[in-house]
Amino acid sequence: MGESSLLEMRGITKRFPGVLALDNVRFDLKPGEVHVLLGENGAGKSTLIKILSGVYQKDEGEILIDGQPTEIQNTHHAQQLGISTIYQELNLIPQLDIAKNVHLGREPMIVPALQWIDFGAMYRDTQRVLDELGVDLNPRTLVRELGVAQQQMVELAKALSFESRIMVMDEPTAALTEQEIRELFSTIRTLQERGVGIIYISHRLQELAQVGNRVTVFRDGCFVGTRNLADVTTDELIAMMVGRTLDDRFPKVAVERGREALRVERLNQEGVLRDINLVAHHGEITGIAGLMGAGRTEMAHAIFGVTKADSGQIFIDGERVTINSPRDAIDAGLAYLPEDRKGHGLVLLMSVANNVIMAGVDSLSTGLVIREGEKNRVVDQYIHALNIRTPSARQQVQYLSGGNQQKVVLAKWLLSQATVIIFDEPTRGVDVGAKVEVYQLMNELIKQGVAIIMISSELPEILAMSDRILVMHEGTLVKEFADPKGVTEELVLGYATGGIRDER
Amino acid sequence: MSVEKAAAPGQSGLKRLVSHALQNLGPLLALVLLCIIAAIASPVFLSPRNILNVLRQSSINAIIAAGMTLTILTAGIDLSVGSVVALASTTMGLLMIHHGAASSVAIGGALILAAFVGVINGLVITKMRVPPFIATLGMMSIARGAALEMTRGYPMFGLTQDFRWMGAGEVGPIPWPVIITLVLYVIVYLILRFTKIGLYAYGIGGNEQAAVFSGINVDRYKIVIYMLCAFLAGIAGIVLSARLDSAQPGVAEGFELDAVAAVVIGGTSLFGGEGTIWGTLIGALTMGVIRNLMNLMEVSAFWQRIVIGAVIILAVFVDQMRRRVSRRT
Repeated sequence: MGESSLLEMRGITKRFPGVLALDNVRFDLKPGEVHVLLGENGAGKSTLIKILSGVYQKDEGEILIDGQPTEIQNTHHAQQLGISTIYQELNLIPQLDIAKNVHLGREPMIVPALQWIDFGAMYRDTQRVLDELGVDLNPRTLVRELGVAQQQMVELAKALSFESRIMVMDEPTAALTEQEIRELFSTIRTLQERGVGIIYISHRLQELAQVGNRVTVFRDGCFVGTRNLADVTTDELIAMMVGRTLDDRFPKVAVERGREALRVERLNQEGVLRDINLVAHHGEITGIAGLMGAGRTEMAHAIFGVTKADSGQIFIDGERVTINSPRDAIDAGLAYLPEDRKGHGLVLLMSVANNVIMAGVDSLSTGLVIREGEKNRVVDQYIHALNIRTPSARQQVQYLSGGNQQKVVLAKWLLSQATVIIFDEPTRGVDVGAKVEVYQLMNELIKQGVAIIMISSELPEILAMSDRILVMHEGTLVKEFADPKGVTEELVLGYATGGIRDER
Repeated sequence: MSVEKAAAPGQSGLKRLVSHALQNLGPLLALVLLCIIAAIASPVFLSPRNILNVLRQSSINAIIAAGMTLTILTAGIDLSVGSVVALASTTMGLLMIHHGAASSVAIGGALILAAFVGVINGLVITKMRVPPFIATLGMMSIARGAALEMTRGYPMFGLTQDFRWMGAGEVGPIPWPVIITLVLYVIVYLILRFTKIGLYAYGIGGNEQAAVFSGINVDRYKIVIYMLCAFLAGIAGIVLSARLDSAQPGVAEGFELDAVAAVVIGGTSLFGGEGTIWGTLIGALTMGVIRNLMNLMEVSAFWQRIVIGAVIILAVFVDQMRRRVSRRT
């Protein structure tokens, strides 16, 4: 019975006021299979997952589990049916240990009437599950002491201890290093061997073939197709997602390199950054590669004045500047598009207009008073120039897509007249189509003579868009490729992991 | 390059409009409904004399709540405002009675001291990193103690009469405290809508990290906001003294809670970043109408406290429901 379906969803339709989120879509999952669900933001992936996990109720269609028609009442019911969802934002209580998190809400009892917990059984069971997963963790370790990858393992352990047979993983590799991704994939294989079916959501097209069996693509709430991953190319998948072929995923333009814009000399931060020497030129994209934890974001924070460096000098256009706060950095002509867009870049509750003017409002105000007319004019100008898709400048940014949110952050820095812009993971969480737009905006900027520093974990992006590549490893820049032509991902990774070293 | 769903922004736009309307009109509708009930329950309620009475009685709370709105918008709170009212009152009294200061000097001195207390609050919160709740809880006790010590615990009588209009005077039929309140609300509205202080208050409350990364001097603006809050409480202290014709160190005890209640009834989120000053005005009026109605119906003062407490919980409950509905994506 290997071909019988664990889960079948047919003719699923879901409406929200004014929008058809899912239109007659289908999806199925076999035991021991990893089935990738692919689509841009707004394609309907998360709506389908929320219907499956009992957060939403479908309007039409049927769901069969083990061939039995099933109505999923609520999240609790979904759990009882053996459906677990591991969200991007992990839902663990940091102050509790692993075992308590794994058993949260269904603790084994010695005397149920007294709510007396059988801690012995709890720790034994947790240990058993962790062993099954092949994860080397102590059930008594507090979750707050774990890294993201380990927390994910705890979520998986939790799902397994529920005896879940259907697991949904939402962008599980988004915050993991290469090594951690390999470990996650091996754990996924363990789960597959136990007959667990996994629905896998990810934007990282390169990794899908390593982990998945089949792929289903949604677009604009509609079912586009299901394919075997072995038979389909990345370009075909992109075409299915965006509805047309993207002629050029990386529209690199050549701009003549200008004067030196930023020079960082011997930047040090105890235990984090070691002797950083960095130069960026006008009209140039300097790519900074490295593994997560190599110190790239920390370097950007130190240059931008968010954290204090212990020593080091920064020159802008040849002049020494003192940067003690982001304000100093902005005044010197620096800008920083943070990696954590929602946490550091935007005020989600505020309007597009007010987010745009957050950093450069001084140029629009007389004393404390903001010149309203000029503000509206300038904001509209940026919305138009960057093609920010929003119904109005007064729309709260929380309702914008990832790509449009990124453009709002960019508009903020353009208004502040930045000449050196640090992009930290500029296309993370951005749709394939909108990524190209972000690259085109970068091209526009270097044509205008802006110096761009692009920190990225996406090696194809680094290799294709950079004019010069720097590689960071353990808090220091270990390698410079003055010309990215001929540089391979393997070579960059070699330096990033410390596997290859040049004597300098 | 359009690869996005065209319907999505339109849909959220509509949703935004509905939630916007609910947020802004919800409290207003509740107030109107309450007034209708009051009119039915008591024939006196709608008389001009009683309406003016409600407005006058709401004005002190409204003034304090305007400042409270600013601090709560930044995801903070100021529990010291009641004590600052008393401190401003006794400071003014001391200057007038013991030092023979002109009323303008005495009022100015009291307001400067009030603002100074706000600056201290701001400094403790930003530089010493004490959470606003605790910092201002401490200041609540400190300012109250200072007011009591200043007057040895006794009320002071014999204030000059040339500023009594602020509490007891009228322009035509409209009491001065009502006019003062309205003027202050327009000023606070202008600050929130058209100045950097307002922009940054929403920004800091909505996402303090993003404000830091945007180069905003968050500490400085927080200090300014706590200063404004205490300054407004100081004005409330002057108006109250003028109405009572005395300076009282024990006055305005518990007013901070009434102010917080007015702010949350008006739809401002205690988590910061969301809310309007007009909502707070509606909140203060709502509390005023409820109190007035209970007075008209001769409900005991003790029962009044029970009812007010229940109303606050109910208001926040309704607000949470609204948020849950509007967050459904």
